[in-house]
Amino acid sequence: MSHLLEVQGLTTAFKGDYGENISVDHIHFHVDEGEVVCIVGESGCGKSVTSLSIMGLLGRGGAVTDGSVFFAGKNLLSMTEKELDQIRGDQMTMIFQDPLTSLNPVFTVGSQITESIRAHMHLSKADAVKRAEQLLGKVGMPDPHGIMKKYPHTLSGGMRQRVMIAMALSCNPRLLIADEPTTALDVTIQAQIMELLGELQKETGMSMILITHDIGLVANMADRVLVMYAGQIIEEAPVKELFQNPRHPYTRALLDTVPTIRDDKDRQLVSIPGIVPESYDRIEGCRFADRCRYRRAECDRRQEDYQFAPHHTGKCIVMKEGGIPL
Amino acid sequence: MERKDITNESYFQTVFRRFRHHRLAMVSLVVVAVLGGAALLAPVLAPYQPDEIVGTFSGAPSKEFWLGTDQIGRDVFSRLLYAMRISLLVGILATLISTAVGVVLGLIAGYFGGVADMLIMRFTDMVMSFPYILLVLVAAAIFKPGLWNIILILGFVDWPGIARLVRGNVLNLRETNFIKGNIVAGMPLRHILFSEILPNTVAPILVYATSVLALSMLDEAALSFLGLGVQPPTASLGNMLNGAQSLTVLTRQPWLWIPAGVLIVVLVMAINFIGDALRDAVDPNSRR
Repeated sequence: MSHLLEVQGLTTAFKGDYGENISVDHIHFHVDEGEVVCIVGESGCGKSVTSLSIMGLLGRGGAVTDGSVFFAGKNLLSMTEKELDQIRGDQMTMIFQDPLTSLNPVFTVGSQITESIRAHMHLSKADAVKRAEQLLGKVGMPDPHGIMKKYPHTLSGGMRQRVMIAMALSCNPRLLIADEPTTALDVTIQAQIMELLGELQKETGMSMILITHDIGLVANMADRVLVMYAGQIIEEAPVKELFQNPRHPYTRALLDTVPTIRDDKDRQLVSIPGIVPESYDRIEGCRFADRCRYRRAECDRRQEDYQFAPHHTGKCIVMKEGGIPL
Repeated sequence: MERKDITNESYFQTVFRRFRHHRLAMVSLVVVAVLGGAALLAPVLAPYQPDEIVGTFSGAPSKEFWLGTDQIGRDVFSRLLYAMRISLLVGILATLISTAVGVVLGLIAGYFGGVADMLIMRFTDMVMSFPYILLVLVAAAIFKPGLWNIILILGFVDWPGIARLVRGNVLNLRETNFIKGNIVAGMPLRHILFSEILPNTVAPILVYATSVLALSMLDEAALSFLGLGVQPPTASLGNMLNGAQSLTVLTRQPWLWIPAGVLIVVLVMAINFIGDALRDAVDPNSRR
């Protein structure tokens, strides 16, 4: 079966004062129809840049320098803006981190949703309004009819994110990229929004890329998890496999940072020492080596994607050679 | 269809509600409305034809001629009404032209950036540093000084401020999520520029435009006073002040220049007050 989205060797660089900084370095992954893929990683590891590259939203200074992104068999990177506009919003769409600035402050919620509906579906104004109200009801907004006439600043963050989700779903996209959709919200709302996204995904059967730094959020929703570190995908596995059997030392460290309910009360919160190295594109070998307990001489060599188990790959030579206890 | 009308209306209602908090602006609005109305209705209100010689030379105000007559015996009150018409026309048209030019250039420069931005902004700097009196002199030398020329000249000289303002706003806006969201939603560029970004900058544009309106009326007055603007016999507030260049008029015949001068001051001040209140009223982030 061919994949809905296939990213091959995607490389994105930003122009800096001292030449180019490669912030996403030759990543490969795919998303199948109806699949939820999570990208997890620390701040600054290239998660958001990956999604922006796919959407063609890099803006000034940034550019995809290598690789290709195939969506439903067509290469997005070789398309013109006009051709992209046919796909964006219609077949694939995106939700951003910060719902507070994601709505245009001078228009009502209703006019913004109906507008995006009418841009892609040939509906009359009345039908578009009807559909918008349906969508708002679907994302759990009380009184959809009343909300339609409200301005964004009168809504709370959680409600605005619901509106954003409604807008994203307005044209039944095949792929939804959610870039840290709950980061700006408080914990109780986070759970609700994630649950909502999960339900909607099941209901519509769309594919989803969920980008987050919170590995705890991933467990419930994902089918497959990609762990990103310093611009590379360092481990990829189905979600159960990853949680039960993490291989890469970074993934393990990341999992250790999540407190669980069975922990002792006096358990100290764990953190990973050090930070993501700056200008990590200059590092030849394993980019996590400086923070890794299992570091060896081989780590300074270029790391390949090693196969640990079926569908489970990672960039750690030490692990592959059995140098780390399971 | 109906629903959208209601939302639009309620937006203007909020604006008006906020606007009403400013007493001075409300008074100014009434003043401008009355004066504007009077100017509009000049043919009805004026007791005489503005260019007709109807009385004695430089006659003092009387029952017959409320504000006296000018040096060649025309009724000052009638001329004043028509002059206001001309001055407001110059102000409004020049403002429309400069706003249109400034908005389009600012949008392009801000949104596309790069070479377009550089070229437009350097051109803007150039126009800004150009003394317009000189420009008018040159234009007057090439064409004839007159109503339409002065409108065009003021219109094409006053836009840099608006262009800069719009560009700055667009630079901010294009980085916001809702613009990215629109790109993600596959909205065409024209829609993003004019239906998403522009409405967000309308407030500052409107405020700036009121000050351009006031300024271009002042500029018209100054140019006409110097004899480079609106040419007699057409009356404008500026060229009615022209007579005050003579010391006798200045000291002995105040009815020839005080009314025109007061009108200019009152109109400009009122327009500026309105602009001030508008700034508060249309601010989309204000929650009052």
